[in-house]
Amino acid sequence: MLTGLYGLSGLVLPVGLALAWEVAVALKWADGRLLPTPSAIFATLAALARSGDLATHVLTTLQRVALGFGFGVIAGTFLGALSGYSTPVRRLIDPTLQALRNIPSIAWVPMFILWFGIFETSKVILIAVGVFFPIYLTLSGAILGVDRKLVEVGRIFRFSHRQMITRILLPAALPSYILALRSGLGLGWMFVVAAEFMGAEAGLGFLLVDGQQTGRPSVILASIVAFAILGKLTDGLLALATSRLLRWQDSFKPAE
Amino acid sequence: MIEISNVSKRYPNGRLALSGLNLTVEKGEILAIVGGSGCGKSTLLRLLAGLDRATSGDVSLNGSAIAAPRAEIGLVFQEPRLMPWLKIEDNIAFGILHLPADERRTRVGEALERVGLAEHAQHWPRELSGGQAQRAALARALVARPEALLLDEPFSALDALTRSDLQQHLLDLWAYDQPTMILVTHDIEEALFLADRVVVMQPNPGRVRAEFRPPLARPRDRLDGAFHDWKHKLLAELGHANRPLAGEEHFPAAAI
Ligand SMILES: Nc1ncnc2c1ncn2[C@@H]1O[C@H](COP(=O)(O)OP(=O)(O)OP(=O)(O)O)[C@@H](O)[C@H]1O
Ligand SMILES: [Mg+2]
Repeated sequence: MLTGLYGLSGLVLPVGLALAWEVAVALKWADGRLLPTPSAIFATLAALARSGDLATHVLTTLQRVALGFGFGVIAGTFLGALSGYSTPVRRLIDPTLQALRNIPSIAWVPMFILWFGIFETSKVILIAVGVFFPIYLTLSGAILGVDRKLVEVGRIFRFSHRQMITRILLPAALPSYILALRSGLGLGWMFVVAAEFMGAEAGLGFLLVDGQQTGRPSVILASIVAFAILGKLTDGLLALATSRLLRWQDSFKPAE
Repeated sequence: MIEISNVSKRYPNGRLALSGLNLTVEKGEILAIVGGSGCGKSTLLRLLAGLDRATSGDVSLNGSAIAAPRAEIGLVFQEPRLMPWLKIEDNIAFGILHLPADERRTRVGEALERVGLAEHAQHWPRELSGGQAQRAALARALVARPEALLLDEPFSALDALTRSDLQQHLLDLWAYDQPTMILVTHDIEEALFLADRVVVMQPNPGRVRAEFRPPLARPRDRLDGAFHDWKHKLLAELGHANRPLAGEEHFPAAAI
């Protein structure tokens, strides 16, 4: 019971602040026009949901994030594993990627629009680029950091390159890799907003722009809330899906 | 038969770990190597296992040079080196992945019994005590049924009781398919209990100081008078071997 309550302690601050704002506006201590109350935001969300618009926007955005994240993860994992394992490959690709990573991904937007048009392709690619770098960097670094002592066990058993990668290096790098997946997903959500700012007919980012252009702060906040919920939800799912893979870990667990 | 002729090993940092070492180990022989810390015992085993190359001299198994790890040679490292992400049974099967699944299962089951870990088959490495982990590492080397087994202080982390238990186990194992065994140990009693021949090494640089073939009948008895006398003889020898002599530090440079 007590531990259950402890688990809810993270809710105290946001719920308290929301209630305080609700009360302040209801008592006319403050004006809710520029910062709508939680109930107004909720009403907007409910209206969007009833009209079916919310589902369209959410699904459109979700699909972009999923595709961008998928491609970014595939490329980041493949190149990260190769560059971590093979010194010649690392010498070949790492300097270039390290240089590219210092370019803010948003700066590519004009180029991507010229190359791939303003429709889905350029959006998905922008997201994929954002997701790619943390995965590539973390995985190649984690593989380089794998304990030589474990690698030697593979050498004693005369593992092939493939076995060495799949049976020792990737599992050993897994905890860092999963953290990288989660931060990659977070970046995916960041970049989808940027991508949808650059012109879109649907999506939560479009809703943001629309709310601004039509002067409806409750629409802006409604889509921000939707972003927050989706981001948290997908991250939670990812953490849940991967937690089984890390049961073996013998790591520090802070006391309650 | 393992032949080590005129072997020297200098590490990249300039340290001469072995110098002009000669040793022949007959097939099926149990050889113990004793010597103080840092006299090159682990280095020697690494050369025999094919993990490192000698700076000069030759190391061979049955007449062919050992240039890389060989299927006929098993190694139990000084630390357990279990894969933390694999259950104990999967750790033990780590070196026989090429065998069919049912063969693998039988061998792992047998080995678990033999080292007394049957009830830990499904545990994670982090759930084992130091001595249990070391036994799992021994089992992992055993299931591959090597022709020669190299053991680097495999029992040093164990209490006296478990240790003498496992020493007896090792002898039973040896009786089973009579592998050549090279056992590095700090423990004179262990060497005398197990080995046909005891090699005393001395440091700076590592080389063989003396060899003994204690004429003790098997099964050996630690409480036996002759056993006791031999123990003292070897202790005295070891004491000499590890007393630094003036001027010895200059020997390495000339040796290579
Ligand atoms: N990778 C390495 N690089 C440089 N020097 C090393 C390396 N490994 C070992 N040495 C040095 O070589 C010498 C022999 O080391 P080794 O590990 O073979 O000793 P050992 O006899 O196994 O000692 P212990 O009983 O403490 O395990 C030591 O002086 C050590 O400092
Ligand atoms: Mg050692």
